[in-house]
Amino acid sequence: MWRGAWKRLAAIIVKEVLQLRRDRLTFAMMFGMPIMQLLLFGYAIDTDPHRLPTAVIAADQSQITRTVLSALSNTGYMKFTHQPKSEDEASALLQQGDVQFVVTIPSDFTRRLIRGERAQILIDADATDPLATANPLAAAGRAINQALSAHDFVGPLSSLRNKPDAVELVVQRRYNPEGKSRLNIVPGLLAVILTMTMVMMTALAVTRERERGTMENLLAMPVRPLEVMVGKIVPYIVIGSVQVAVILIVSRLLFDVAIEGSVTLLSVGTALFITVNLAIGFTISTLTQNQLQAMQASFFMMLPSILLSGFMFPFRGMPVWAQWIGEALPATHFMRVVRGVMLKGASFDDIATALAALLAMLLLVSILAISRYRVTLD
Amino acid sequence: MTRAIDVHDLVKRYGTRTVVDRFSLAVEQGRICGFLGPNGSGKTTTLRMICGLLTPDEGGGTCLGHDLVHDREAIKRQTGYMTQRFGLYEDLTIRENLEFVGRVYGLDRLKARVDQSLERLGLTTRQGQLAGSLSGGWKQRLALAACVLHEPKLLLLDEPTAGVDPKARRAFWDEIHTYAAEGITVLVSTHYMDEAERCHEIAYIAYGELMARGTAEDIIRQSGLFAFVATGPGADRLAPKLRDASGVSAAAAFGTTLHVCGPDRAELERAIEPFRGDPNVVWQEAEPTLEDIFIHLMGRAHDNAPGVEA
Repeated sequence: MWRGAWKRLAAIIVKEVLQLRRDRLTFAMMFGMPIMQLLLFGYAIDTDPHRLPTAVIAADQSQITRTVLSALSNTGYMKFTHQPKSEDEASALLQQGDVQFVVTIPSDFTRRLIRGERAQILIDADATDPLATANPLAAAGRAINQALSAHDFVGPLSSLRNKPDAVELVVQRRYNPEGKSRLNIVPGLLAVILTMTMVMMTALAVTRERERGTMENLLAMPVRPLEVMVGKIVPYIVIGSVQVAVILIVSRLLFDVAIEGSVTLLSVGTALFITVNLAIGFTISTLTQNQLQAMQASFFMMLPSILLSGFMFPFRGMPVWAQWIGEALPATHFMRVVRGVMLKGASFDDIATALAALLAMLLLVSILAISRYRVTLD
Repeated sequence: MTRAIDVHDLVKRYGTRTVVDRFSLAVEQGRICGFLGPNGSGKTTTLRMICGLLTPDEGGGTCLGHDLVHDREAIKRQTGYMTQRFGLYEDLTIRENLEFVGRVYGLDRLKARVDQSLERLGLTTRQGQLAGSLSGGWKQRLALAACVLHEPKLLLLDEPTAGVDPKARRAFWDEIHTYAAEGITVLVSTHYMDEAERCHEIAYIAYGELMARGTAEDIIRQSGLFAFVATGPGADRLAPKLRDASGVSAAAAFGTTLHVCGPDRAELERAIEPFRGDPNVVWQEAEPTLEDIFIHLMGRAHDNAPGVEA
């Protein structure tokens, strides 16, 4: 009796393994996914990013200011990349997301320090992602005082050594003064949710036709590939738009995340992003044989979109290769658009690069999708 | 008479396998042509090439006067193709399916046409039902109705009655004859011999090659086959003994009778000679059936195509 049970069990197991082996894509995914996750979490993700781009306005140039700047640089958190000539130019750099910090040394800094008056250094931080700004700001004050004590507070200035507030660091956390992570997460969620649903929905919509055998019937009728593609995509554009509206209203009501910038600009960016995702889903559907494979391929697309787009972890904390992968993902660019517009009140010019990237991706993916889609069954 | 289908030397290969090999066929307008052949003989591939779903690797021709390769869109607009598998949407209602097809073809008076089609089908009262909930026979009739909604001049039906009960099959064939009477040309693939006999003419394909062509009578007359029928107790049990005898191309039991046929009358008689001794079994010469001929042709085609797996 029990002997028979084992044999029947073995029969099922053997059959299952045989079937699994035939489905190459599923098999590849089962091994590809964990390896991808290991690599991403192990190498790519750094929750304590260093070498963040920083703009410096040094209106005062002295031995002491040089010590201050090298102390900031030595923390490893800041990398001086820009030297704007004015505050406006510096603000624009922050707004466009080109720099994470702007360090301003006022023209009277050295004079006030020597006189024993409170000398101030200003740091403006792009605090949209609190994760990326907390540690650098904490390290900055300490580093400045230590460096000055060691190098410059000698001779006549040695009295300043024991004054803890000889240099006052004035920090301004822009866009997210309270450092709330939800301000950063909620707009980002827009990108993640849209990627998740839009890619998968279209990928399934087309493979379903093939799996159920309705594709042959459809192809025998006088419809053009572009008509099928657009026709399949349009309903999901509407669904995506409703999703966006729901997310924005809920974020406003429950999480108090308002839209700082132009709603029109946000809508344009969102429409573009939804369309890119749908085109990707359509392309996936032309490459996969059944709905299961389409689902897996969508996940394969989704994982990096969550991990490498700057949604969960600071984009600048990733090594360069991971940043390049991130740049190739539509979610990364949309993340910039949505955070820029919602938190920073970004203008069209500020997010033009990200929009252009999305548009380029849309063209590229659409061409791929149309070239892959066949009017015949060949 | 004009030719609705006129294709010649069609070749379709998948990798190194030739699925359809120099296939030529001409069908006059308004005729019902039965397309027969064993499984995997290239029937579906041929139908797909004719309706523009597949591009032939070689050969060409015209379909309703349009070029097979270059005027696909024109052919698609005037052709109704019914796939072997139910090709409509099971999660749409009967009416929604018909409306969808009508819109794809850009039909005017859509509502009136769909109403008319539903009435013709006898599904007016069930139009709100999901297509997936229909039985096999009804699904096929719905699929046929969807195929003819745009009033095509040519119908290509790929095993439309597979798995359908005899009554539904008869109803289906009555409809096909009605369409033919209206001037529609029908090319229908089937495995059923009784259906083959309901066609005006037959084309038999095996291993990608056209093996026989003409009316059922023509094919029987030209087959060159001879047949004997044995009746009486135990006659049917002789089938396994005769099947492999030389000169016998087919031996099959039908109930209590035995049907034997072969290409050479003398050799066939020699083969059955040893069994004539049984007084209870009566042997009679008979006309070969279509099935006899097709099984014989299948064996011959297979001999001619050594590279092809069975």
